[in-house]
Amino acid sequence: MKALSLAWRLLVRDWKSGELTVLGVALIIAVTSLTAVAFLTDRVGHAVELRAAESLAADLRLGSSQPIPASYKEMAIEADLDTASMTTMPSVVFDGDQSTLSAVRAVTGNYPLRGRLKTASQLLGQAAETSEVPAPGEAWATTRLLARLGSDTGAVITVGKASFKVTKVLDFRPDQGWQFVDLAPTLLINMADLEKTALIQPGSRVSYRLLLAGSRNDIDTFKPRLEEQLAQGERLSDIQDTNPQIRSAMERSGRFLNLASLVSVLLAAVAVAMSARRYALRHRDRIALLKCLGSQQPFILKLNLLQLVMLTILGAVAGTILGFAAQEALAWVARDLITQQLPLPGASPVFLGLVTALFILCGFALPDLVQMGKTPVLRVLRQDVEPPPLRYGISYVAGLVAVLALLQWLVRDIKLVLGIAAGAAGTFAVLGLAGWALVKATGRFRGVAGVAWRYGLANLSRRGRESIAQVVAFGLGLMVLMLLTLVRNDLMDSWRDSLPENSPNQFLINIQPYEVPQMQQFLEEKGIEVPRFSPLVRARMTAINGQDVNQISFEDPQGERWAKRESNLSFGDEIQTGNTLTSGQWWQPGSNSREVSVEEDFGRELGVKLGDELSFDIAGEPVQATVTSFRTVEWDTFRPNFFMVFSPAALDGYPASYITALYASDDDDEKIIDLMRLFPSVTVIDLEASLAQVRDVMDKASLAVQAVFLFTLIAGLAVLWAAVQSSLDERSFESAILRTLGASRGRVLTGVTVEFLAIGFLAGLLASSGASLAAWHLAVNVYELQYSFSPVLWLTGPLLGMIFVGISGMIATWQVVTHSPLNVLRAS
Amino acid sequence: MLTILDQVSLQVSHGERIAIIGASGAGKSTLLGLLAGLDLPTSGRVWLSGRELTALDEDGRAALRADEVGFVFQSFHLIPSLTALENVMLPLELTHHEQPLQAATQALENVGLGDRAGHYPRQLSGGEKQRVAIARAYVTQPSVLFADEPTGNLDQQTGETIIEILFNMNREYGTTLVLVSHDLGLAQRCDRIIRMEAGQIRSSTEQSAEKPS
Repeated sequence: MKALSLAWRLLVRDWKSGELTVLGVALIIAVTSLTAVAFLTDRVGHAVELRAAESLAADLRLGSSQPIPASYKEMAIEADLDTASMTTMPSVVFDGDQSTLSAVRAVTGNYPLRGRLKTASQLLGQAAETSEVPAPGEAWATTRLLARLGSDTGAVITVGKASFKVTKVLDFRPDQGWQFVDLAPTLLINMADLEKTALIQPGSRVSYRLLLAGSRNDIDTFKPRLEEQLAQGERLSDIQDTNPQIRSAMERSGRFLNLASLVSVLLAAVAVAMSARRYALRHRDRIALLKCLGSQQPFILKLNLLQLVMLTILGAVAGTILGFAAQEALAWVARDLITQQLPLPGASPVFLGLVTALFILCGFALPDLVQMGKTPVLRVLRQDVEPPPLRYGISYVAGLVAVLALLQWLVRDIKLVLGIAAGAAGTFAVLGLAGWALVKATGRFRGVAGVAWRYGLANLSRRGRESIAQVVAFGLGLMVLMLLTLVRNDLMDSWRDSLPENSPNQFLINIQPYEVPQMQQFLEEKGIEVPRFSPLVRARMTAINGQDVNQISFEDPQGERWAKRESNLSFGDEIQTGNTLTSGQWWQPGSNSREVSVEEDFGRELGVKLGDELSFDIAGEPVQATVTSFRTVEWDTFRPNFFMVFSPAALDGYPASYITALYASDDDDEKIIDLMRLFPSVTVIDLEASLAQVRDVMDKASLAVQAVFLFTLIAGLAVLWAAVQSSLDERSFESAILRTLGASRGRVLTGVTVEFLAIGFLAGLLASSGASLAAWHLAVNVYELQYSFSPVLWLTGPLLGMIFVGISGMIATWQVVTHSPLNVLRAS
Repeated sequence: MLTILDQVSLQVSHGERIAIIGASGAGKSTLLGLLAGLDLPTSGRVWLSGRELTALDEDGRAALRADEVGFVFQSFHLIPSLTALENVMLPLELTHHEQPLQAATQALENVGLGDRAGHYPRQLSGGEKQRVAIARAYVTQPSVLFADEPTGNLDQQTGETIIEILFNMNREYGTTLVLVSHDLGLAQRCDRIIRMEAGQIRSSTEQSAEKPS
């Protein structure tokens, strides 16, 4: 109790006198930047999740070929979830003499639970969002359906035994997807009309869906409860199962953000470490005095720890409040960039703030503060008595452990964290060594310059260890800033370039082989770029290495699903754009061997390896091929891609249809409708909406990354400030002595500025090298993007270093030089 | 091994005022450090207020200091981040005094610094700093006060004022005073002068009475 109140009083007094400012502010910046980023990413992440949920039209979707038991819906309502139903069946739609196959979807009034329908009042009309569904007796038809029937809104169509008036063109359904099952064009009707159509008969192919939505907590608790109840044939989907494009975009943005917050943590930690060291140095006398006044070692330790805990709590609270405010401000500033309102952040960042403050202080300040506690009492009589020197090994290990623990807590990917640890350790070692070499080399130049320069450069090598530490710290800070600039610009650009404005947005499937040349000609005439046509063969997997797939016990349930459902196979001599071989070899063009290249994740889920033999049943005929390569596929490129691509020798000659993807601008709508009329059996799937979803995810992610960038910049400045402050006392003293000896104010200033400029230059040089290498590594190995080295970087690094460090040095030194030398000498 | 103190035997009675004098490097401060339990001799024993310092560990000696000892240093050793008043309050707070504020305020007034209570050490002159240090030393009413060159950093006039205060307080509280100085004038105001040379006590001279300053 006594220690608690004394610790509190000493802390308050330290804060009032300005002793704690640097340490406190560094800590607050750390917590602020981390929590602001966490708050923002929490909101953005939630927005992205909601956006992803739109592609299900719900948070959870239960699908079955049998009517869904009413008990599920009751359970959901009890659990405070919203529900909606959709029943889908294929049926021929008639408009007078014209008829076409359609997917008739009957929905309840609150469909969709996530996302909005878009409708237009007539063909090619302006589409707008609506929160309604067709009224009883009315139907909404897609452009494709109307194009095939040759009709427009106002038409009266017949479905089964009922007639409907087409009142709107259905432009977009959030859950329209583009899986091959969504083949037929949609006719949307009200659930109340379903019975009238008399379409549901024994044996008819009906699919039932129950859509569920609610708060994240409610969904998370409800999902496992529902899963327990599920019967055979009932399948539950959540956002994890949404289309691979959105999933891939989410994963990438997650990695960007993790990288960025990690950098803030490191920078802030460096700042805290530097200011803690200064604090400890300045408080050795106090500790000696407290001991002299009769305080015992355990009491001193307790006092220091209590102060640390108080500082943690204060820093965490202040930082979290500021972080929340900063994040609100950012969201407000960027409100025009975000097409959708951001949901409110959750509470978890508050906890993050506390944990961050604790980890950073324990890892980076505790060793110094504990060491400070060991100051011998004899220091009150002899100023040259120091506490036993801090074992740098111990302090680095403590820092490293704290950072790793924090990272693991943030990223929750031990492999990634260990990778980062190895990288960071290597970076520190290399930077330290390079810093040492540079400082040594610079010392050699002191003889060739004037007095002020000699003083500055001499200082650099005299404070050898401190100089290296500062060069490394500044270098690291600058490196991270430059890296982030690169990551943000180069990598974000590369990412966006992977989905350029003219990415394919129309998927054409079900093209018969004889239609391919006709369609190529049509596209050419209409001035649309003719894309690659990929053959598609429907097949069923029968055996792996001769063993019946029904007998195999798959380790991965997803693999089992893949094996047992109908597969879409393709073949060709060329590897598709966006596909990269990871192992094995692609076949020689024209080779006679029966080979198959398998997508890596798909192969892992199936449990196949190179050399395995896969057997398929294609329209009753057995086909075998050997796995000779694995590939990765960029799913978010929106090109036709296949889990399994065969050598032509394996599949050529089997019944195939073709698929392709092309880009059509808004002005091309009529050409696409012409195409639908000319090739009625071809299915055109408009992907524009899905593309927009993915682009939206990218926009949000890049907003978050930029916010992180801003905070990292602030954290970097904190490092700079802490470093300048940490040598301030010594500089004041030296400056006073120099001025007492007759040096002019300008000369002292020049000397110290030279020293800072040299540190800045060396740090910048290190930063440029480090940032280039790291950006290259990240681009190539983590983000799987192309990277080109930038020569500008090598100029900016040293220049930025000199400007940043030089100016800060000047400012700090100004203060040093303006103090009366007498006062400084007296005070010391 | 370097021998700093050798063959030193010294006994100080309760309430006695002794001055240890000698040239720089004679071992004065080392002796003071040993007497106060700030350091331990490689051989030999030290008692303070009836307890054997050399048999106590670091924490035991600290506890004894908290109860029995006050210090005044040449370089004042005020904590720069604490105000004058807070500096004086510190030993009281460490011993869990019931009313540290009142006692410290009174102690500052006793040394004539009641109006400077809220000032930080950097805002005080050398003499004022030492007066704060004296207030801090006496505020716990210690039985022994160790003073290490208390006037060493002060001009003569300020030094004399400080000595005056130091001796007045000593009289008032009946404190044992152990003073290290190379100022003979100051030493002569003590009951006994211990002269040190090369780590040994060369002479111990009794003084008849306090001389006027």
